[in-house]
Amino acid sequence: MSKIRLNSFVTLCGALALTFGAGSAALAQDGRDPAYAAARAAGQVGEQKDGYLGVIGNASADVRAMVRDLNNKRRAIYTEKAAGKSTIEEYAFATACRLIAQTQPGEKYQATDGSWQVRSAGAPDRDPRCP
Amino acid sequence: MKALELTGSVPAATSPAMMSQAQYDPQRKGLRFGGRAVCAAMLVLGFGSALGGCVNVSAPDKPIVIELNINIRQEVIYRLSQDAENTIKENEGVF
Repeated sequence: MSKIRLNSFVTLCGALALTFGAGSAALAQDGRDPAYAAARAAGQVGEQKDGYLGVIGNASADVRAMVRDLNNKRRAIYTEKAAGKSTIEEYAFATACRLIAQTQPGEKYQATDGSWQVRSAGAPDRDPRCP
Repeated sequence: MKALELTGSVPAATSPAMMSQAQYDPQRKGLRFGGRAVCAAMLVLGFGSALGGCVNVSAPDKPIVIELNINIRQEVIYRLSQDAENTIKENEGVF
């Protein structure tokens, strides 16, 4: 686990040096399944503005099944965390604001108009209600 | 053409001077004015076709409600922001 973390950190430092110095980049996930990480990097999977993952284009059945599974897990987490605080949708939306901000350049995210965008080095096109 | 003429005659008919004392009611006039303001706002938003309905609609409530919803929602999202961040960190692999 610590080796994976170290590797991730080294990769991140490289990405930071090459692209931009936003602190949010350091929060990228490092516990991802390799298939999920690969699908994200390949632009087959993107962050939706509602807090769930979306499949872009004609991805394989494996990728679709993986996204369905991850979204089910996300929904379970949102449901649990939102209890007593907000609606599930609001919690998911608040998380989406963070998740889209944390996408790495080259990854895909859903813009305010619903279209899929490739994250550039600059700020992503997020909902104006995002903090 | 006939419709245009009829429309043109409406402002004159609503003028207090043109109405009998019994018909003229300042409060009613205020409401009418509000209706016009909403009508103008709707026109700006592109709802030009709703012109006919504007006169009688008690519309001021609606935009206010929508605005309120956005504010409440935004407040909730601000409050949840740090919580969401922690959730993302706690559930590596899912996010």
